[in-house]
Amino acid sequence: MSSKVTRISNWIDYRLPIISMMKHELNEYPTPKNLNYWWNFGSLAGIVLMVMIISGIFLAMHYDPNTKNAFDSVEHIMRDVNGGWFLRYLHMNGASMFFIVVYIHIFRGMYYGSYKYPRELLWILGVVILLLMMATAFMGYVLPWGQMSFWGATVITNLFSAFPFGDSIVEWLWGGYSVDNPTLNRFFALHYLFPFLIVGVVFLHLIALHQHGSNNPLGIDRKEPRDSIPFHPYYTVKDLFGLGIFAFIWAFFIFFAPNFFGEPDNYIEADPLVTPPHIVPEWYFLPFYAILRSIPHKVAGVLAMVGAIFVLFFLPWLDTCKVRSAKFRPIYKKLFWLFVVNCFVLGFVGAHSPDEVFYYLGGMSNQELGQITTILYFAFFIIAVPLLGMFEKTTPLPASISEPVNRGGDRRKKSRQEAAA
Amino acid sequence: MKKLLTTAIVLAIFYVSHAIAGGDDTETLVRQDWAFEGMTGTFDREDLQHGFQVYKEVCAACHGIKRIRFRELSSLGYNEDEIKAIAAGYEVKVGPDDMGEMYDRAARPSDAFPPPYANDKAARAANNGALPPDLSLISKARVGGADYLYSLLTGYGGEVPAGQEVSEGLYYNPWFPGHQIAMVPPLQEGIVTYSDGSSPSIAEMAKAVTTFLAWAAEPEMETRKQSGIEALIYLAVFSLLMYLVMRQVWSRVEK
Ligand code: HEC
Ligand code: HEM
Repeated sequence: MSSKVTRISNWIDYRLPIISMMKHELNEYPTPKNLNYWWNFGSLAGIVLMVMIISGIFLAMHYDPNTKNAFDSVEHIMRDVNGGWFLRYLHMNGASMFFIVVYIHIFRGMYYGSYKYPRELLWILGVVILLLMMATAFMGYVLPWGQMSFWGATVITNLFSAFPFGDSIVEWLWGGYSVDNPTLNRFFALHYLFPFLIVGVVFLHLIALHQHGSNNPLGIDRKEPRDSIPFHPYYTVKDLFGLGIFAFIWAFFIFFAPNFFGEPDNYIEADPLVTPPHIVPEWYFLPFYAILRSIPHKVAGVLAMVGAIFVLFFLPWLDTCKVRSAKFRPIYKKLFWLFVVNCFVLGFVGAHSPDEVFYYLGGMSNQELGQITTILYFAFFIIAVPLLGMFEKTTPLPASISEPVNRGGDRRKKSRQEAAA
Repeated sequence: MKKLLTTAIVLAIFYVSHAIAGGDDTETLVRQDWAFEGMTGTFDREDLQHGFQVYKEVCAACHGIKRIRFRELSSLGYNEDEIKAIAAGYEVKVGPDDMGEMYDRAARPSDAFPPPYANDKAARAANNGALPPDLSLISKARVGGADYLYSLLTGYGGEVPAGQEVSEGLYYNPWFPGHQIAMVPPLQEGIVTYSDGSSPSIAEMAKAVTTFLAWAAEPEMETRKQSGIEALIYLAVFSLLMYLVMRQVWSRVEK
């Protein structure tokens, strides 16, 4: 039996070397042996993408992209389709999980300098994935045709009116004079298409990854054979463990707090005549929304918001420091964490209306807080990172992944080794 | 370093909780211990049936629950005959018949609850220009959910604070955005009598009808939580196994 399988697979592989390719990429693929749990998030992102595509295709079998029926068809999925509520909550919370995973993945890359030589294109492809994800999630959120779907779509598409020929661009996007049936139809078509574009870019991302292999917490290249271990079984089992924990959290939200990340207003059917009091985007857009609103000039605001993501494309060249890992960059490490905190504050700003005043911040208005954090966001990339590249004194790097760690390395490990000696 | 991390985590929690609350300006709601809250919460059958009765005898005059079919009332504990009898009390417009005419017939268990008004315009005309929303999803469609509904229904009759304007035909209610609502106080003592002959208080009716509306918005909730417990147990066992396998496999790697 199994020899028959081997014969067939050999027959195929001789003509179409797909099996040996997979074996090479997964089984023998040499990986640094010191990867920590932050390296789990890449594989998690891939799994979430697959789950989103599969659950989405099943949703699409019951969903009706017509303004008259869309809201009802989602409720039909929730109430009448077998397991429909599970499919929808899986997909809905999956979008939030996807962004959590990908944001952690990006911060990981920034902390350990994974965007540096020779992984610049790998990083850029990642930013392309982020942009595609944002477009996909934005259009997906319009599909259930609730109040937030409609008004979120209206606010965001209207941003294009800031540009030259803006009104024509907006009409072209809408396919009419307001967000309406043609808009919903095209958003559905594109929401179905984009995830497959993401799969394409993910493949390129993986090819680029496998060219030079994973970076690692020390940020130094592998030098000797004992620095590496095969991907399988070491990282397959570690990824499976990570998947278990992650799925546990995802399932918690699906089954016990399915609307935690959502807005109650989206359970009211879209009504072009009634504007909700607070129009807020999904949480994963809040930091960028805050940047948009903190700038009083419309065009400048849109450019800043777009710039906040596009600046990531240039990070490999803004950072001229040759040392990758923040472990050996004492100042960068501190600034990195401040940057993370700043992103959370930006998100907080995005969730509140601009004229809110915070007494615990000395009477600062939300608008002012947004302006300060926006400046800090850009200052990190445009001022701090380039200057650190020039002036920061890095601590000595270890000789290799397997060598005893030098000064400035992991102190705990060092003292353990000293105790053993 | 640790301090910074903690700050980040605290801020993250702060941020998420605020993002969810969406910077709301309503006062804290009157909180109730709902039997359907929590990971193992279920709907109280008696509250459900009482709530349905309050809905049917009071709210249904103005509010529909168009997403519920009569047969789904079996979740409240009614049997087939009872459901048939309930449905038969309603008329639904169907057709067209062979002559092209629409006609009325008694509702069947497979029909949805018919709306109280022919359309939104008729509903507004009958309610001073205000539209009574369909209640099928209301407990999911308001910040505060069940607590908001309960607060709203029991929130009438308070003293109007100085400076609060209450226009002609509107009623003061501190929980409604703007504090004036077009709905007449719907619940009065003695407005319904339960089958055991008791006459519930406003608070009891509010609690029952809110439970019923919470069910109407999430009829899948009990199944969902039940499967959820199973899913979490499964995933916990899976994670533990994977952890043990991982420890075993990685013990071969020299540090
Ligand atoms: C006489 C007609 C009438 C009856 C009976 C009635 N309502 Fe209303 N209800 C209204 C109207 C009109 C509105 C719209 C109020 C507004 O927009 O100011 C409304 C609004 C509501 C709202 C929405 C409030 C919001 O946040 O927008 C809820 C919830 C509600 N009613 C529940 C009930 C319940 C539960 C009952 C039965 C106990 C009931 N109503 C009985 C007329 C009625
Ligand atoms: C990159 C992966 C994807 C992301 C990030 C994503 C995101 C979203 C979001 C945020 C929603 C709104 C959820 C809600 O509030 O109801 C949504 C809805 C929807 N998505 Fe996706 N999606 C993805 C892939 C797909 C795919 C591949 C399909 C297949 C056709 C699909 C089909 C649908 C449908 C039919 C809906 C409307 C039903 C509903 O609202 O639950 N999605 N998506």
